[in-house]
Amino acid sequence: MKATVHVFLKPGVLDVQGKAVENALHGLGWADVKDVRVGRVITFDVGGTDKAAVEAEVKAMCDKLLANTVIESYRIEVG
Amino acid sequence: MKAAVIVFPGSNCDRDCAVAVERSTGAKVEMVWHKDTALPDGLDLIVLPGGFSYGDYLRCGAMAALSPVMKEVIAAANRGVATVGICNGFQILCEAGLLPGALLRNEGLKYVCKPIALEVTNAQTRFTAGYQGRREVMMTIGNGEGNFFADAETLARIEGEGQVVFRYVENPNGSVADIAGIINDGGNVLGMMPHPDRAFEADLGSADGAILFQSALASA
Repeated sequence: MKATVHVFLKPGVLDVQGKAVENALHGLGWADVKDVRVGRVITFDVGGTDKAAVEAEVKAMCDKLLANTVIESYRIEVG
Repeated sequence: MKAAVIVFPGSNCDRDCAVAVERSTGAKVEMVWHKDTALPDGLDLIVLPGGFSYGDYLRCGAMAALSPVMKEVIAAANRGVATVGICNGFQILCEAGLLPGALLRNEGLKYVCKPIALEVTNAQTRFTAGYQGRREVMMTIGNGEGNFFADAETLARIEGEGQVVFRYVENPNGSVADIAGIINDGGNVLGMMPHPDRAFEADLGSADGAILFQSALASA
């Protein structure tokens, strides 16, 4: 199965990279852009055919390595 | 007295730390490679040095926290061995769960490298007792992701328990509550962004870092 993990800083945690990108977009004329967040997408193949079981495995990977849940939240897509 | 400096791929202050500890305390220092599965016997101090372990891939310190030797470092820290993580070492201690919080990218997005004044917020720790009530010390910082973050609940807890050890006199990176260094609730694991290893003799601009290593080993 293919897994895709989206990792973003939690709401409320200052995303300075997002802020810099937002400022740059404003500079290019897109004045109404706001709340830019820069995250990370991690994709991989993983064994298994049971979607729920694979999701549980990927969640364990997120909690152990792929995200730091002190500052980041994540969203998993499996299929 | 015996100390170990853990060397990760990408560490770049490992030699600095070894020299700083040797010269300021006379302790014998062993370098321990991150793939080792045992620490030297009878350690009084473990140092996790600064640098860019694993090229800062994924998150600063995330990979290093899972290195084989870290199992032993965590076990030693839990036994009460004095452990200090400096800069990238601080990030590794947070990623390994030995210290609360995390280090974010600096608020100004810039890598900040300069001498900096620190308030000794808690002089009652085994690392800071040697400052003997001095309120301010000088060290240097050099980091791009030194912006300490903890959620409100964690922050209230570490403030209440006296776990904030150093604060910046002038905040260089947006760290919450000006925090530059914290200690665990057991009082034996210190993480700090400023470099005591770059301030161990007057020729370096400050010898205040030497006192930290001396304190750590005097209490061993």
